[in-house]
Amino acid sequence: MSAQKRKVVKERRLILKHADDPKYSNGISSYLKVGGYEMLKKSLKLKPEEIGEEVLKSGVRGRGGAGFPAGMKWKFLDRKSGKPIYLICNADESEPGTFKDRQILHKDPHQLIEGMMISAYAIQAKQAFIYIRAEFFEGAKILERAIEEARAKGFCGDKVLGSEFSCDIVVHRGAGAYICGEETGLIESLEGKRPNPRIKPPYFPAVLGLYQCPTIVNNVETLCNVRHIMEMGGDEFSKIGKPNNTGTRIWCVSGHVVKPGYYEFECGALTMGELIYDVCGGLLPGRSLQAVIPGGSSAKVLRADERFKGTLKDGSDFDWGIEDIPLDFDGPMAAGSMSGSGGVIVMDDTADIVEAMANVNAFYAHESCGQCTPCREGVLWMRKITKRMCAGDARQDDADLLLSVANQIEGRTICAFGEAAAWPTQSFVSKFREDFVKKAKNPKKKKGSLQLI
Amino acid sequence: MNLSEETLGKIDEVIPRYPEKRSAALMVIHLVQEELGSISLETCEWIADKLDLQPINIQELVTFYPMLREKPWGKKHIRVCRTLPCALRGSYGTCKTLEEKLGVKEGHVSDDGEFSIEFMECLADCGEGPVVMVGEDTYENIEGDRASNFADLLVKGKLESSKEFTSYEAALVSDAPAKSKKGKTE
Amino acid sequence: MISKAKEKLITINLDGKEVEVPAGMNLIDAAALHGKEIPHYCYHPQLTVAGNCRMCLIEMGTPMRDRATGDPVLNEDGSPKIGWVPKPVIGCATNASPGMHVKTASDVVKGCREGIMEFLLLNHPLDCPICDQAGECRLQEFATDYGRGYSRYTERKNVKPKRTRLGPRVMLDDERCILCSRCIRFSQEVANDDVLGFVDRGSFSTLTCFPGKELANNYSLNTVDICPVGALTSTDFRFKMRVWFLKETKSICCESSAGANTIVSSREGEIYRITPRRNDQVNDSWMTDSGRSLYKSVKSDDRILHPQIDGADDSLENALNTSSGLLRDKKVAVVGSCRSTLEELFLLKRLSTLLKAKNFLRGHFGDDDGILQSADRTPNLRGALVSGFEKEYPSDNLKKLNSALKKKQFEAVLVVGEDLIASGIDAENLMGVDLIHLATHSNQTSYLAKVVIPLLSHFEKTGTYVNRGFYAQSFEQAVPGPAGLIPDIQILTKLISLIDPDCSISSNPAELWETMSKVRNSVLKGISFSDVRKSSIHLDGSNWKNLPFVEKKALHFEPLELSSD
Repeated sequence: MSAQKRKVVKERRLILKHADDPKYSNGISSYLKVGGYEMLKKSLKLKPEEIGEEVLKSGVRGRGGAGFPAGMKWKFLDRKSGKPIYLICNADESEPGTFKDRQILHKDPHQLIEGMMISAYAIQAKQAFIYIRAEFFEGAKILERAIEEARAKGFCGDKVLGSEFSCDIVVHRGAGAYICGEETGLIESLEGKRPNPRIKPPYFPAVLGLYQCPTIVNNVETLCNVRHIMEMGGDEFSKIGKPNNTGTRIWCVSGHVVKPGYYEFECGALTMGELIYDVCGGLLPGRSLQAVIPGGSSAKVLRADERFKGTLKDGSDFDWGIEDIPLDFDGPMAAGSMSGSGGVIVMDDTADIVEAMANVNAFYAHESCGQCTPCREGVLWMRKITKRMCAGDARQDDADLLLSVANQIEGRTICAFGEAAAWPTQSFVSKFREDFVKKAKNPKKKKGSLQLI
Repeated sequence: MNLSEETLGKIDEVIPRYPEKRSAALMVIHLVQEELGSISLETCEWIADKLDLQPINIQELVTFYPMLREKPWGKKHIRVCRTLPCALRGSYGTCKTLEEKLGVKEGHVSDDGEFSIEFMECLADCGEGPVVMVGEDTYENIEGDRASNFADLLVKGKLESSKEFTSYEAALVSDAPAKSKKGKTE
Repeated sequence: MISKAKEKLITINLDGKEVEVPAGMNLIDAAALHGKEIPHYCYHPQLTVAGNCRMCLIEMGTPMRDRATGDPVLNEDGSPKIGWVPKPVIGCATNASPGMHVKTASDVVKGCREGIMEFLLLNHPLDCPICDQAGECRLQEFATDYGRGYSRYTERKNVKPKRTRLGPRVMLDDERCILCSRCIRFSQEVANDDVLGFVDRGSFSTLTCFPGKELANNYSLNTVDICPVGALTSTDFRFKMRVWFLKETKSICCESSAGANTIVSSREGEIYRITPRRNDQVNDSWMTDSGRSLYKSVKSDDRILHPQIDGADDSLENALNTSSGLLRDKKVAVVGSCRSTLEELFLLKRLSTLLKAKNFLRGHFGDDDGILQSADRTPNLRGALVSGFEKEYPSDNLKKLNSALKKKQFEAVLVVGEDLIASGIDAENLMGVDLIHLATHSNQTSYLAKVVIPLLSHFEKTGTYVNRGFYAQSFEQAVPGPAGLIPDIQILTKLISLIDPDCSISSNPAELWETMSKVRNSVLKGISFSDVRKSSIHLDGSNWKNLPFVEKKALHFEPLELSSD
């Protein structure tokens, strides 16, 4: 890292504005004091489609990982079917490296509830659910409590704030399965079935979702944003961040940095280098950067000494080092990876890349639902190969084999889990080929690396 | 099968929350497991009956979801995150320390039924890894010497009262009536 | 079932060729119409689409349209520009739409199939030499047709339960299971018996029944049929015979009036199994387990193998001559059987007309399962109506005949198949009456009969049944009958010519059908034997709509008064 002095970019806390205020509780009193539920009151006076218009104008993209514009998602909703409409909040936060929703759920649940009630009104949902991962034991209780408080004040339930609109929120706990983060897997789980993701077509949630009814599934952070969009208006909101990358993003940094944690910035306000070195205090003494996974473990790994070149959507050419990558949706994408759910996993030079790969493969092999062939068989195979490599039996052609297996998974599965599992292997092996080849000659773990598998 | 009135009441309260009975399956299983510690075959049949389902429909869930159990864990169940962010901060070592001090291997229950350890996939607290859950409470940065102390306190049954370790949950600011959030087991 | 073939035809481009397919038909079926195989495991035309095996991945594109104007985007040569979906899609869940382009043999598609085949075989035991599925195994076939021919897998294979008894008739080898979920979907969607499921997850997912429960419903063996691999096997059939030795004969299940289409598999005159044959109007691809075991009666001990006169074996010629002597110019009652074929009942009716005899018929009834075991437990009650043998709906006994016999109204009774005693006839009323029994198996009636003439079993002859939905369905002889026996229709034509030497009626089915179709007002009008051999033919049953048919609403069957047409 160059010693050159940088302008330190300040956090802009929109979603996490109050979360870490020691006087701010997760009860309704704190929320009401900071203007809570005023946006719900305002929204109920509007026509539902006007809210949808604001969300569309805001350009807000889904915060769950895929980055699909939320307003567009709502547009796809089949409103003519006559069937009840459902809203589901995806609070199954489980992409490795991501821990932003945890903060919202535990520390500012009413913000989510308000966002959900506005959204529910906008899509005219009959019933809303929060699907929360089961490891958030306290989180589920906090939400239950918060919903009760909101219900008592008329913010949710029957005839919200005396209007004709009724919608209640049910907290539904998962039971430890990553695949429930996939929206159709989540829906199956919520229906009381094994969470096997559905084939699309025909089962697009906006048309054939929960109980085969039109359903919108949005991430926690996305739904919170709706509240803020209503506060400032879609146009104003779209001025935060950059075009096509609007609003703030909560970057969750983990791994080998001095100050890991969650940091909220305007989209594109800083670069990867600024995040790692300025915000997170840089690397541990004496270490150098080896690799960064920019958007949760499913995102393709970026190598510290890589150059990223190409042309941006606006036509301008770029030539970035890893530190130059702008942190928004499009930056990591341009660098061949993705910002995903915002989980930035940093690896310094001590990390044994093959072991890290084995760790990631073990995760996906454990989490594959097993429904479709390529993922079920391919991901376990990759785990077995990398585990064997780390157990002293690496072979010369393992790298090629891993790549080939990953290529046989990508694009051929029912859901995006196939890509999520294939991309790490594709990127690790192609970018750190020498590490994989070296394993065959010298099976020992890299000096200084902690055990990763 | 004997379930307390309280659990039965909660079950009857949770089922009508859903437009379709089957949707309540996971929540009912959670409630039953909280009391019984695990879901036996007989329990599967009871739950299936309660929800107008076939027992296989429940067994399919119990065996799919890692947090649903066919056999109970120990009185204190320790979950150690092993996924990459925590591993990069030393969670494999943490697990080893816990295994040694608690006298039980990962994936097993100690002979006296007191402790059990389980490697978990990402617990979504990666910024404070390695993350260890004791029962329902999340402890952060459990690594190296801290992991050693942590394990010692656990063995002595003094983790709850220790000043050194406060769980994520206990540190939250809440309006709810003060109650001990510590040391609960499943 | 996501796609339902509609009548409207549209044009799609299949591997560069413009072809017509029904709009909305899924691409597996659409390609099959034009002789292109899109290999698949989990897809089954009569089950919901699961899309899990991924074997049917193909490349697909649709004509591009201008977003603003909605106009088609054209290539320079004026042809529509095709927007290819960037990822391969599954044929089973992709429905044909006008102008759609499909590639079923591109390099991408080949690569997909090679990959899927390799994955499917990773944890498969590759135990074909000892596997019963060998010869009719999709894994074997597609590995040969679409696989790479070698494996790169050197890791340990997963271990799963082998030789699990799923139920009284079905065995499971979980290591061979490819988790296609066909059996689970069948149990839920067709058999209405949700007993199967997957436990555990990922590659360790395992098909099972809940402990203490069994796959015991009367449709359990259909799971064996639709299992594309050797995971589910039939307890009855396994290890008995290699399938490539089996001769397959088209047949119809004679268990009930449902008339499931079947295949009888035999070798050297011995039947080894009966399996369903697809007929989308009648039984889809299913049949009952109970219907599959009916062949066992072919070799049973009570089989009548020789003609008898007064209890002693005799020649067929003598038996026929004696019979005609007993029947000629007598007051005769003829008892027909709803288990006879349409052709036989027609001839029996001819015979009884010549004899000026009175006809009697009884039914055999049971519970209706609403699927393919109907309340009418005979295959051809409607055949008795269509042939003109009977006009009334039969009851489950012959009490009317009994009272007539009591009043000494008959001197001779010709009985086909039925047991008079078990049909409510008092033995004393048969005193002094000459009984002629034509049957496959002996019963109390054959012991009382003066003449007994052996008939061929269902599996040993050719004929036609009319099922509950008035579908005339023909079946073929699967195995030869016992030595020296001749087909029932020849026995009947011989009897006819003995009674009236002037009456010439052929026992040749084609000629017989010609005769049947010429009967005035017959619903068989215009139908030839070759027509009915080709496929099931729906007859007009409205003549009989007022009869009290016992069948309930079931798979592809609406009781007449309920049906819309």
